[in-house]
Parts: sequence; structure tokens; C-alpha cells
Amino acid sequence: MASQNASLAADSMVGEESLGVTNGKLGMWAFLVMDAMTFAGLLAGYARLRWTPGSDWPLPIEAFGFTGIQLTALNTFILICSSVSMVHVLAEQMRGNMERARKWMLFTIVGGLIFLGIQGFEWTHLIMDMWPYLFDEGYEAAYSVNFAATFFILTGFHGLHVSVGVIYNVIIYLGLRSGKITKDDTSVVEIAGLYWHFVDLVWILVFTFVYLI
Amino acid sequence: MEIKAKGYLSPLSEEAKTSLWVYLKEWMCTTDAKRIGVLYLIFATFMAIWGGILSVIIRLELAQAGPDIITDAAFYNALPGMHATAMIFFFIIPAFTGVANFIVPIQIGAPDMAFPKLNLAAFWILPPAAILTFAGFFMNSLPEFGWTAYPPLSNSVYSPIWGADFWVVGLILVGVSSTLGAVNFLATVFNMRCKGMKMFQLPLFTWAMTVTSFLILAATPVLTSALLMLTFERMFPGVFYFFNPAGGGDPILYQHLFWFYSHPAVYIMILPGFGMVSEVIQVFSRKHIFGYVLMVWSMIAIAVLGFLVWAHHMFATGIALEIRVGFMFLTMLIAVPTGIKIFSWLATMWGGSIKFDTPMLFAAAFLAMFTIGGLSGVVVAAVPVDIQLHDTYYVVAHIHYVLVAGSLMTAFAGVYFWFPKMTGRFYNELLGKVHFWLTAIFINVTFFIQHWLGMKGMPRRYYDYDPAFELANLISSVGSVVLFLAQFIFIANMLWSWRKGKVAEDNAWKDGFTLEWQITSPPDHHNFHHEPYWKPLVRQHVGPDQPGGLWHRYDD
Repeated sequence: MASQNASLAADSMVGEESLGVTNGKLGMWAFLVMDAMTFAGLLAGYARLRWTPGSDWPLPIEAFGFTGIQLTALNTFILICSSVSMVHVLAEQMRGNMERARKWMLFTIVGGLIFLGIQGFEWTHLIMDMWPYLFDEGYEAAYSVNFAATFFILTGFHGLHVSVGVIYNVIIYLGLRSGKITKDDTSVVEIAGLYWHFVDLVWILVFTFVYLI
Repeated sequence: MEIKAKGYLSPLSEEAKTSLWVYLKEWMCTTDAKRIGVLYLIFATFMAIWGGILSVIIRLELAQAGPDIITDAAFYNALPGMHATAMIFFFIIPAFTGVANFIVPIQIGAPDMAFPKLNLAAFWILPPAAILTFAGFFMNSLPEFGWTAYPPLSNSVYSPIWGADFWVVGLILVGVSSTLGAVNFLATVFNMRCKGMKMFQLPLFTWAMTVTSFLILAATPVLTSALLMLTFERMFPGVFYFFNPAGGGDPILYQHLFWFYSHPAVYIMILPGFGMVSEVIQVFSRKHIFGYVLMVWSMIAIAVLGFLVWAHHMFATGIALEIRVGFMFLTMLIAVPTGIKIFSWLATMWGGSIKFDTPMLFAAAFLAMFTIGGLSGVVVAAVPVDIQLHDTYYVVAHIHYVLVAGSLMTAFAGVYFWFPKMTGRFYNELLGKVHFWLTAIFINVTFFIQHWLGMKGMPRRYYDYDPAFELANLISSVGSVVLFLAQFIFIANMLWSWRKGKVAEDNAWKDGFTLEWQITSPPDHHNFHHEPYWKPLVRQHVGPDQPGGLWHRYDD
């Protein structure tokens, strides 16, 4: 019995913090540093291939056809809006307006889904219409194939992040709806928010590199 | 079957007391960092034997000039890469992670790691990753591009085999495992320290794991990005070109990304060892570490500089001379913080009342041999010399002095040192000493002569060589076989002592002052019976019965 009590006492010690933030938040920050470095590696690859002497890099505005930069700019706007709505989720939760927090969360999820939908549309267009060499060896690429390769790996890796983020947000939403996440569990929402804002932030880099420069 | 054990080794549930199966299940699904640490160590031991077998096959083949025991040159060609992969990714790094899982939470007064479930997940990624990485052995499709996997050699044109695909995916998984581990260590160290413990009061082993975790966090994802690009280039030939010059790719880009990880990786493989040696030397010299603050800053300096020197692996690729000179300078600069550490260890021993038990023997021998490895590192850091020695056995000698006489010896020092804490029993000292002497002597027999081989021009990774090199190669091969066999003394010692060894006290070496020596051997589930409190350091040598000294930091 004595040892059981000792073990219970020890259990209560799990989760003690000395920095004043939760373990989860610290862990998420560390994870994001790691993730940022992965993107950094891919972006470094992009930069090296693009600025290699003799690389036949097209102007992005010409290379994307009718989906163009405008559609992706709209998509970027939607993603940033979903980040704003994520801020509202936390704000409303802190005020105790759980009903409104849920609605903002839904808005965030829909924003993520629209982003993925538009990206899927863009990919389909590019693969089927603009870059036929991807499937048919008879065609030749009109320009450096590294352009398409870096495009797909950067936007694809980011799209994977958005997908994970949407699933993550859906889990949070379900938690808010079922009452498992209460108005006191702000840290849970804050950590999900960290991830979602990171996904947005990285997209701005990817968008700038791949589409704008 | 009835299981007799104590501390964290004991069964956690009533069923586990009578059923071995339930007891094993408790271990496999445990979230106790100590148990996960032991799982890491068991895994690492198997991988060490596996990597050791591969190295012995290599050395037996090279014992004489000409093809001897291996008739298939392609098979030989794959061996060095597989040996390196096993030793680096599946032995050394997991072995250190294992010890750290056990010791770090206790040293900072925490009941467990910050994310116990994540910890278990990080471990269980490793065995499937190992199976994938070495799948080529079962499928007769071994990747022949070495552990560095330079394209275009590793692309789908030159290595169109499944074994290579599995190898790449296996390595990505190892990266995921070690980054998850690093996230966990950082959150643990920064957030779970007991009351009163400041960052600059952390034991040096914990500091070493903190710095290492930062290295992993910043470096490993870059390798992952390179491997992702390599995978896509392999999977979709004709569509994705990143590294293949035929499609406008840049093979040097891969090398930059690869070494941006793999150079810091050598510090991932040695800094935890530095931490262990710091603990061992303090306790066995019965003195507090000399220059604690400088020791910490040296580790940080080594980590920062470690990110600025990757291109010294690429002196022979034709990069601009100015860049090469810059990297040469930065590389040589690392000798400064490393030298500070070596001299601090020596100063700690100076005037100490030294006990030469096995852990201390390993630590002391490490100091001597790592210095040789460090100095040969300065030699190959010099651009003109490196151009001559590139891809010769000199480099093989250098890396083995650093990793075998460095990482392996420090890992032994750490495991012997904490074995009484882990099991509650002492290892057999005589067997430990026999193991030490055989290891220390035959590391030198195996690797020292390889410096000479390299300077005379013997290339690495070759199947056959000039008969003029035969005697030196024979000496090296004999050394490697004895070195390999000697390790079974260690394994036998550990297995025997775990059941039959002399029972250890809580403070097994009597002079341990960090928190792990204040609790029971082996530690109980959740380590501490009540919340520990860390009192500020008192830098004087006092015994446990004298209040106010180093001893009264945790009152049980």
C-alpha cells in the first residue's frame, strides 16, 4: 500500500513544468524547429537547382497555364484566413464562448479543405495538361524538368502538412463538440494553433519561392 | 514461472508475477523511460553484433590480397556500407539514447520523460526500420553505394534494386525515430527539472544529451529532405531530377545536404560519450569536474561549429578553393573546444584520489585514443593533405579512432558505470578488466596500422589490393577478430551479473553525487518517492554524514 501511495504521488509529478509552459507546447515548438529544417533542406535544393548555371528555369507565370499564380494567390489568402479563424478559436475558448469557438474551428477546417481542393485541382491541371512528359515519354519538357520536380516536392510536402493539420483540427473540433475539451484546456487548442500557423507560415515561403520569384 | 526482481524490473501487475508472457508484454508496451532505455540497449547490442559480424567478414576478406572467402565482388562492395549503417544508425545512436532514457530523467529529478508514449513510439520505429534497411540481405539485392549513398551511384540507373529503396526508406524512419527522441529529451530537460535545479547545475551527461538533441533537431531533417528527394528520383525515373546530372540535377547538392546532417552526426555520436566520461571521471577521481561552465560552453561551441564544417568532406569534389580554405579553418577551430574538454578531464583527474575500476579505465583510455583520432582529424582537415589522403585507409583509421576508441569506449564506460544502478548488482570486475584490456589493445592493433596503409595509398572500399600491403592488412584483420570476440566477454559479464552479481548499494561507487545515486538501485517505478529538491552546489568534498555537502540534495 505504501508503495502504491508513493507511485500515486509520483504520478502527480508527471507534467510539472519549470519553464512555465506545458510539455506539449515545448514539444510542439521543438517539432516545428525540426519541420522547418526539413523544409529548409527542400528549399535549399530548390535554390541550388534554380540558380545553377545553365538551368533553363521558366517564368512561373508562364509555366502554370490557366490555374496561374492568381488562383494560388487566392488559395494563399484562404489559408491565411484559416489561420486568423484559428486565433479566434482560442480567443473565444478563453472567453468561455465554446459555441463560437466550435464555429471558428469549423471555419478553419473548411479553409484547410478548400486549400487542399484548389491544390488538387491545380495539380490535376498541371499533370494532365501542362506537363505531359510526366506520363508520356514521347513528350519533351518545354524547360528544365527540375522546375516540375521541385514544384511537386515542395507543394506536395506542404500539402501533406495541410492534410495532417486538417485531421488534427477535426480531432480538436470533435473534442470541443463532445465537451472533452473544455474552456480550461486552452493549451490543447493553442498547440494545434501553433502547428496550423506554422503550416501557413511555411506556405508563404513556398509560395514566394515557387510562384513569385 | 515466478519472476524475482526489484525496482523497475519488477512485474507491474499481479498477472505479470506468474506469467512470463504478461511480464514481457509489460516491457514491450511500457512507457517507463528506464524500461524503454533497456529496450534500446538490447536492440543496440544485437545491432552491434550484426555490424561487428559484417566488419569481421570485411577484414577476413582483406587478410590476404586477392579474393579469398567472398567470391562475389558485388557482395563485398555492399559490406562496408551495410556495416557503417548498422553501426552508426542502429548501434551507437540508439545505445546512447538508451542510456540517456534511463539516466537523464533521474539526473534532473523527473519521474519520467515528458512524453512517455512518444518515447515508446520512437523506440518501436527502430526495429522495422532495421528490417527495411537490411532487407537487401534477404532479397539478394544489396545496395552497393556505401553508407553515404551518393547519387548518381544511388539513383535508379546505377542501383535499380529494391534493396536500395528499402535502405533509403529505412534511413528516413531512423531519422524520424531520433528526432522524436530529441523532441522528448528537450522537453524533458527544459521543463521537468526538479525544484531548485538551474540549467547550469545540470549534470554534464544531461547537458550532453541536451546539446545532442539540438543537433538532431537541426541536422537530421536535412538528411530526411535529401533522402526524400532521392526516393522520388528513384521511384519516378524520367520525371524527378534533383541529383542526376542527366536531367539537370546536381550530385554535389546531395553531398551538401548529406554532410550538413552527417557531419553534425559525428557529434551526435560523440557528445553523449563526452557526457558519460565527465560523470565517470568525476566519480572515480573523487573530485568535482574542473571547469564545469567551460565544459558546457565547449559542448555548445562544438555543436555550433559542427554545422559550419560539412564541406570538409567535399574537398575533392572541385568546390572553389576559397570555400575549401574557409571550411579548413573552421574545421581546425573545433580542436579548440575539444582541447578544452580534454584538458578539463585531465585537470579533474589531476590530484584526484583515482580509483581504476573498469568504467574509469575505459574513460582514461578514451582520453588517450580519442586524442589520436582528433589529431588525425586535424591532419585530414588540411586541404592539401586531404586531397592526397581522400578515400584512403587513413580516413578509415581516423573515423574508427573517433567512433570505436571514442563512442564505443565511452558507451562501455557509461554502461559499466551505471550497470549497478540499472540492475542493482555489480558486474564482475575481473571480467570487466579483461574486456577492457583486450578492447583497448586490439582497437590499436586493428586501426593504428591503417594510418600507414592510407599514407602508402591503399584505397578504402576495395576488394583487392597490392600484395605489398598484405602484412599490415593481416595485422589489422587479426586485431579485428580478437576485438570482436572480446566483446562477448562483456555480454557474458552483463548477463551473468544481472542475475548473480554482487548486490549494489544505492550509491554504488560511494562517490556519486548526482541524483541517480541518491535513489534505490535499481530505481523504483517513477524514480522518486517524493518530489526531489536540488540544493545549490557546494564545491567541497564531504561525506554523506556531513550536512551541507554535495550529498544532501535529495532526502529520501
